[in-house]
Amino acid sequence: MTFDSLRRNLRFLIPAVAFAVLFVIYINTHPRGFSTYVVTIWANQGALLVFAAFAQFFVVLVRGIDLSVGAMIALSNVVASYAIAGDGASLWFGILAVLGTGLACGFANGLVVALGRIPPIVATLATGAVYSGSALFLRPTPGGDVNSDLSDAMTYAIGPVPTSLVLIAAIVVVFAVMLRYTAFGLSLYGVGSSEHSAALTGISLIKTRIAAHALGGLCAGVAGFYISMVTLTGDAGIGPTYTLNSIAAIVLGGISLGGGIGGPFGVVVGALLLKTVAALMFFSGLPPLAQPFFEGLILALAITLGSLGLLRVRNRLKLFAQ
Amino acid sequence: MTQSIKTLPRLSLSRYAIDPAIFLVATGCIVLLVIGGIVYPSFLSPGYLLQQLQIASFLGVIAAGATLVILLGYIDLSVPSAITAVAVLTTTVGGSSNPEIAVLAIPVGLVGGALIGLINGIGVAIFRLPSMVWTLAINSMLMGALVFFTGGFKPRGVTPPLSITLALDRTLGIPNAFLFWIAVILGVSLLLRRTIYGRYVFATGNSEKAVFLSGIRVRLVTVLTFVAAGVFTAIGAILLAGYANQAYQGMGDTYLMPVITAVVIGGTSILGGCGSYAGTVVGALFITLLSSILSVLQMPEAFRQIVFGAIILTMLLMRRFDRSNR
Repeated sequence: MTFDSLRRNLRFLIPAVAFAVLFVIYINTHPRGFSTYVVTIWANQGALLVFAAFAQFFVVLVRGIDLSVGAMIALSNVVASYAIAGDGASLWFGILAVLGTGLACGFANGLVVALGRIPPIVATLATGAVYSGSALFLRPTPGGDVNSDLSDAMTYAIGPVPTSLVLIAAIVVVFAVMLRYTAFGLSLYGVGSSEHSAALTGISLIKTRIAAHALGGLCAGVAGFYISMVTLTGDAGIGPTYTLNSIAAIVLGGISLGGGIGGPFGVVVGALLLKTVAALMFFSGLPPLAQPFFEGLILALAITLGSLGLLRVRNRLKLFAQ
Repeated sequence: MTQSIKTLPRLSLSRYAIDPAIFLVATGCIVLLVIGGIVYPSFLSPGYLLQQLQIASFLGVIAAGATLVILLGYIDLSVPSAITAVAVLTTTVGGSSNPEIAVLAIPVGLVGGALIGLINGIGVAIFRLPSMVWTLAINSMLMGALVFFTGGFKPRGVTPPLSITLALDRTLGIPNAFLFWIAVILGVSLLLRRTIYGRYVFATGNSEKAVFLSGIRVRLVTVLTFVAAGVFTAIGAILLAGYANQAYQGMGDTYLMPVITAVVIGGTSILGGCGSYAGTVVGALFITLLSSILSVLQMPEAFRQIVFGAIILTMLLMRRFDRSNR
């Protein structure tokens, strides 16, 4: 019984164990050891990736893919560098504007994919060009101003616990409850697992798809907001790395690109695992220039591990699509 | 028995009908030419148009490989790094002080491209990894390996004379690159329409299972297609290196989006099994004209990206992929 449930959760357990091991190694190799300061820096970087990975996660869950995640993050980040410089009411309005930017971008993606019926790869490639162009228009060179009190509040620690970890925990709990206990969350899994059955159950494919994209866009907005908190600037050129890493993070976290498989805990573990590997490489003396090589290698290893299930396939027909 | 064979050609009659997508993009090209001619009269001069054809050739040759892969129902995101890698490899070998090695520059480049394609193909066909993630990982690894290899500096090397002749020179006033592209167009069209391999590609794109059950070696076809795509990318990279007379970091980065867009707006379904290289050719011309007009209008980079994305989106929406979403 326990063995069975272990095997069922293998997609999540392997990255979780890998993450735990690597995190211990990271803390031990870090010259300053385990302290709130070290963990805060690490968690802030990790949080950026967690939010970006969630932006990808909801779209992948309904069997889509979003190549505009990076562009949406860049655009929200640029908007943040204009909107959240003030105090009081204007600050709150600014935060809403940043999150709204992400939400609007994701909603537009959803409209194009679900109503326009354009395959998500090409659709988001095109909308991504529009978003990153807009970001570049708003801020040709990195810069801008961000309320530093807010930034301090968001990126330091509450007692011994980094604020970013609290944020991650909050977002995971919200999403886990939503995915598990609401009709909307279950319909996301339904559409991702079997469009046909979902439609027969009475789930609106179009509405669910649009909602998934919009929710992903909102997460991209959160990521853009948090980047401005960490860097205190807006930069239109940050997009491409986030698109790549968001896909890598969810693949590492055991989310199936075929849709319908994987959960919010996997997203967090995948993103933090990826960040820890990058941080480890930074300290291990490997040339920083070769970093993309190792990022690619980890991604390749992660999906190759996922394909080990092929060894159990008895009927060769099952190897082929459709 | 004989009757069933007689009915076969009727099935393929539709291949002579013009795909509405090609018609739409061709109309788009004409509109662009008219706009270009109004805004900037010398846009329509033969010299300028020939130069556009020359530039479109590089895109078109690289997109030939992407067309094959997309027809199979896969996608190759390793194009940018593959272009840079092959260009750096070719110029490095071409810059060798030993003339006997330097001669081998282009063959080595082609083999390099084929190897990248082979790795992509093995991952996708044998290990059944999702092509998008696998080629993305390969792209990342190649990029890292390249930056490490060149130390982050501009790679030193000499472009092989043949690639300069092919990419820059003209025969009877027509750019060699365009003549070469015409040869590629004929070759790829024949390959897709008149050979067994072409049939297999379309069939695999439609239903891999059915093709497997027909006794066709699906995995071999898939690997071969990726190798062919790698070789086309390599040819494009060698031409680009000749055109710029150098290889540099990130020279392929700007090509991923145009290549995929050229294939897709040309009517090839991103889901595979349906489309043509002719569509890609028109798509490549359209994209080249579009970016050339945007630069003639001296639009800032930001607006160029927005307009580029918006126009492609509009063209895709006008066609409305008919994905049977029952």
